[in-house]
Amino acid sequence: MSGIARIRSRSVALPIANIDTDQIIPARFLTTTTRAGLGRHAFQDWRWLPDGSPNPEFVLNRPEHAGAAVLIAGDNFGCGSSREHAPWALLDAGIQAVISTAIADIFRNNALKNGLLAIVVTPSEHASLLAAAGETLTIDLQQQRIEREGHAPIDFRVDPFARQCLLDGVDQLGYLLARQVSIARFEEARA
Amino acid sequence: MTTSTLFEKLWQAHLVEADGEGLPAVIYIDLHLVHEVTSPQAFSLLGERGLRVRQPQRTLATLDHSTPTTPAHADGSRDYLDAATEQQVNALVRNCADFGVTLHGYDSPDRGIVHVMAPELGATQPGMTIVCGDSHTSTHGAFGALAFGIGSTEVGHVLATQCLLQHKPKTMAVNVRGRLPRGVSAKDLALHIAGQVGVAGGTGHVIEFCGDAIRALTMEERMTLCNMSIEMGARAGLIAPDATTIEWLRGRKMVPQGAAFEAAAKRWLGFRSDAGARFDREVLIDAGQVKATVSWGTDPGKVVAIDASLPALSPGNARAFEYMRLRPEAPIAGEHVDVVFVGSCTNSRINDLRDAAELLRGRRIAAHVRMLVVPGSERIKREAEAEGLDRVFRAAGAEWREPGCSMCLGMNGDIAKPGELVVSTSNRNFEGRQGQGVRTVLASPATAAASALAGVVADPRAWQRTEVAA
Repeated sequence: MSGIARIRSRSVALPIANIDTDQIIPARFLTTTTRAGLGRHAFQDWRWLPDGSPNPEFVLNRPEHAGAAVLIAGDNFGCGSSREHAPWALLDAGIQAVISTAIADIFRNNALKNGLLAIVVTPSEHASLLAAAGETLTIDLQQQRIEREGHAPIDFRVDPFARQCLLDGVDQLGYLLARQVSIARFEEARA
Repeated sequence: MTTSTLFEKLWQAHLVEADGEGLPAVIYIDLHLVHEVTSPQAFSLLGERGLRVRQPQRTLATLDHSTPTTPAHADGSRDYLDAATEQQVNALVRNCADFGVTLHGYDSPDRGIVHVMAPELGATQPGMTIVCGDSHTSTHGAFGALAFGIGSTEVGHVLATQCLLQHKPKTMAVNVRGRLPRGVSAKDLALHIAGQVGVAGGTGHVIEFCGDAIRALTMEERMTLCNMSIEMGARAGLIAPDATTIEWLRGRKMVPQGAAFEAAAKRWLGFRSDAGARFDREVLIDAGQVKATVSWGTDPGKVVAIDASLPALSPGNARAFEYMRLRPEAPIAGEHVDVVFVGSCTNSRINDLRDAAELLRGRRIAAHVRMLVVPGSERIKREAEAEGLDRVFRAAGAEWREPGCSMCLGMNGDIAKPGELVVSTSNRNFEGRQGQGVRTVLASPATAAASALAGVVADPRAWQRTEVAA
């Protein structure tokens, strides 16, 4: 995994509350045994019509939003199932950051482990981002700041450990594997 | 003297390394449950890095999500939905063999939905930390275990190290006082609380359910309630172990036996919140006010009492009304039903099947309704058949199936048709959860059975038989 320091992209708004992981990736696409290729099915039932053609009404299908990598979602994004296929699908579909007023615990955990930034902002900041959807944003992970043109920047906080791992481009398993001595000691003490 | 919550005691007992400046805590995991859907990428990770499973004896696998609920053919073959689901099942069989993990596969008399099977085996015990790549791992909190769902990357972490990196969550007490009215089930209570707390109300928190109404619940009912904690946004739900917990576990396959059990029980009973322990948030629920409750919207927080009218239209619920094709301020009872599903890790245990059978006995479901009854495990299937419940379901016109997750998420192909309305004892009413365009009404087993009989969403009280005085 290469380090992530800055994301610069236009934003796209999906202001629906409680977008659950079944919407992000329906269960019928969880039969895969790999992580790859799920992007086509991100938001499947909103994005594609029953005949397989793109739903022209769905915001991510509109040509003016092509390439937008920052999703401004409604309140409580990512609730429901623990499926990590949700961040895998979003990343594969080109989304690099999700911003909401609240992000469900398991989704946020999964997202940060895969380099998808899950950013929580205040309701007023959220309203401002939604109102300016389509603007070009720069998300600076080092500074934990969203820089905007013509608007005040927005500061945010992500879990410092996950942030450092993302900046350094290392995964968290390495850190855990380096704790083997402590783990063995804990196991012996309980035996 | 400092007082601690049950959560705090569980957390402290599993700290391999405490959290520090910018670093998460390292938490030891006592039991890791594995199923076919969220594990293949984790096993691949181990393979790529040349790692082994650190504690195979703390790892327990089953087949539940992708498995057909129709019986195997004489030659042992099964009607999988497609090649991918079969390959996923085969991948878990192979991974368990390669990594030395015990799998309760098709040949096991103990196979079942992961959150039904592990408690039945006594693998789930008070005072443990339990994880699984499945959000409904919260179910096991009914035993006073800290149990929560994780993603596939973390499944790999636990396989390789038996540990997880965690930040300490906040605590929330849901104090349920009084008594549930007669005929009101744990599922009604869970839906009622989800309506009160909201689907994001528990985010960042571990909920402890307490109060006299909780103490009065059976273990099966406690599992139903803790199962739905995730639908309140919480990572985990907890209920302190008591005599009910101890007696339920006594004699099960994986618990200590004899004097060792008594010693374990004594230790387990210490896992309770001290009097006066402080929670970050407290919610009070009056059990006496809870009625038979169903969901009407597209998240489990949009609920209504079965005899009440739907809310007025608002910006926050317009989308749900549109998807569900329901009218604001109209009653939910009387809505046309196409399919009824009794099953899932929420409501597929023997008491759930008895509740449904009680209403169906000697009656026929409405001619236009298709009803699936899917036991949670092989054990429950045997028990139900020994009691003749399968015959009650079949005689009523329902289908009696093999154990699995089935129509809760429809991965195995057990789904409804676009536009159909399903009264379901499962846990999620998300758009498309039970098939594209399918509308889900979450309900208790009794409400599901009553709705199958009436052919419309129905109040179970209308179908409950007059009690014979004891």
